[in-house]
Amino acid sequence: MRPDYSVLLLTTLIGAGQGLFLALFTVQLFALAGQLPAPGSHAFYVHGSLLVLALLAGGLVASFFHLGRPERAWRAAAMWRTSWLSREVIVLPALMGTVLLFGAAHLAGFRPTLFTLPSGLAIDSTLVLGTLGAMLAFALFLCTAMIYACLPFLREWSSPLTVANFTLLGGASGFTLAAAFSAWAAPEATRYIAGWAFALTLLAAVSRVATLLRNARLRPRSTPQTALGIKHPRIVQRSAGFLGGSFNTREFFHGSPERRVSAVRSAFLLLAFAAPLALLALGGPRGAAPVLTAAFLVQFAGLVAERWHFFAQARHPQNLYYQDTR
Amino acid sequence: MTQLALVIDLNVCVGCHACVTSCKEWNTSGSAGPLADTMPYGKDPSGAFFNRVQTFEVGEFPDTQTVHFPKSCLHCEDPPCVPVCPTGASYKRKEDGIVLVDYDKCIGCKYCSWACPYGARELDPVRKVMTKCTLCVDRIYDRTRPEAERKPACVLACPTSARLFGDIHDPQSQVSQAIRDNAGYALMPEWGTHPANHYLPRRRTSARIHEDELTRADNPLKVDGLLPRPPKSDPSLDDVMSW
Ligand code: SF4
Ligand code: SF4
Repeated sequence: MRPDYSVLLLTTLIGAGQGLFLALFTVQLFALAGQLPAPGSHAFYVHGSLLVLALLAGGLVASFFHLGRPERAWRAAAMWRTSWLSREVIVLPALMGTVLLFGAAHLAGFRPTLFTLPSGLAIDSTLVLGTLGAMLAFALFLCTAMIYACLPFLREWSSPLTVANFTLLGGASGFTLAAAFSAWAAPEATRYIAGWAFALTLLAAVSRVATLLRNARLRPRSTPQTALGIKHPRIVQRSAGFLGGSFNTREFFHGSPERRVSAVRSAFLLLAFAAPLALLALGGPRGAAPVLTAAFLVQFAGLVAERWHFFAQARHPQNLYYQDTR
Repeated sequence: MTQLALVIDLNVCVGCHACVTSCKEWNTSGSAGPLADTMPYGKDPSGAFFNRVQTFEVGEFPDTQTVHFPKSCLHCEDPPCVPVCPTGASYKRKEDGIVLVDYDKCIGCKYCSWACPYGARELDPVRKVMTKCTLCVDRIYDRTRPEAERKPACVLACPTSARLFGDIHDPQSQVSQAIRDNAGYALMPEWGTHPANHYLPRRRTSARIHEDELTRADNPLKVDGLLPRPPKSDPSLDDVMSW
């Protein structure tokens, strides 16, 4: 498949945004439970929410460049009963709205106790909004991943690992960003967030490498024989039916030599996993803002490369009808 | 329930592309607007087509067969392209099973084209909406045309009648009989899409010839033998003509 930069940016930006929001809310929960020094000021949540909104909005803007008719994009919310794309289109703005309210409640100090748990824990509006936002963030990971995982004949994508990857990669980049951000806004929590970011990056690396191994062993189920319904083992395409290009020869081929694909694979393994792990280990305990910022930037670049490879690696069965296209 | 479909006879198709051009002609001049091309006379022409004829070589030289393979939307009975569409622009008609795109609703997100394993959908490069074979839905129900012309343009254009059109759910229809009698099959059955369009395979055309059939047994010249050569002493034409 052809990697489209609008989709690469959409999925990486909103993934980082969702991860960052989950990090903010995790900090709030742990601070509430007394497991972690509470951020000194609410600015951590307020500015953090703004950062989340900026990332989600950036992804939303990028997604419009993918559409042929962006002015009709509102129609995409119609078929949520059957289409994961439609569900994503609904959940993304819902998450943005919830994050906006979450940040606003922290900003205004609007924290009325809504109810009290039997244990005596007071549940206020930010906790409710945060829980809702966390659920929406996970729902959005699921929607985004299922857009790809639900196509059975794109076998590189059609696996529960796709859902795990989108969740863990988004979570890892979001927590790394949260670590960098907290080094500036809430230094007392940085050590903990960097630790979580390290763990998530490690988990993401495991699941992504598992996916690479799985995909390397895939045997195509569709062959020229099933595509044409002719049993003979030797079928060679002599003509695609036209000399110029077409939608089919552009949309489904990445057009890069195999060398570049494997170079991108090495690059993303290094940039998205190895380098951020080292930087997090280096800067996390000391709360070094520049090191943690570098960790996020490197990881984000690595994830864009990872998404490029995710598309390039998927082989669409329609390519069997365009065997001479590279 | 009706399921309209094409049945394409690979044994008969000669790869002339008449169906491709007639399809383009009909569908670029319809009420839905032109089926656009970019740089049709330029260096790298491109454009949207509903139907393509491809050519494959099967076998090892010298035992090869050239297979011309017309390909368009197969109007799957369980179309994977339909449920993924976020806008509802892609739909399958209940009444006749045709899979269509509502060009006024489509946002051009291309997701349905990813979800079609056959590569049957093409994005119109100018209108920026998804397009695909409609089985000439604006023609087959046109009551102003004589009954015989209410068929898809490609079917009417095919000079070898390699394309049949009809209801594959009606066991008595010409297409159902063709599928039954000639081992019609569907493409990529492994994905459970149940394509409505079927293909008829190449069939071996052979005749058994016996040795004695190589020379004509009832040759009159054989029966009578060769006529005897006249002796030199017989009168010739010269003798008759000279005085
Ligand atoms: S051939 Fe492709 S476009 Fe046509 S109905 Fe089947 S899946 Fe959809
Ligand atoms: S390109 Fe159009 S028809 Fe296809 S899935 Fe998107 S909105 Fe639906």
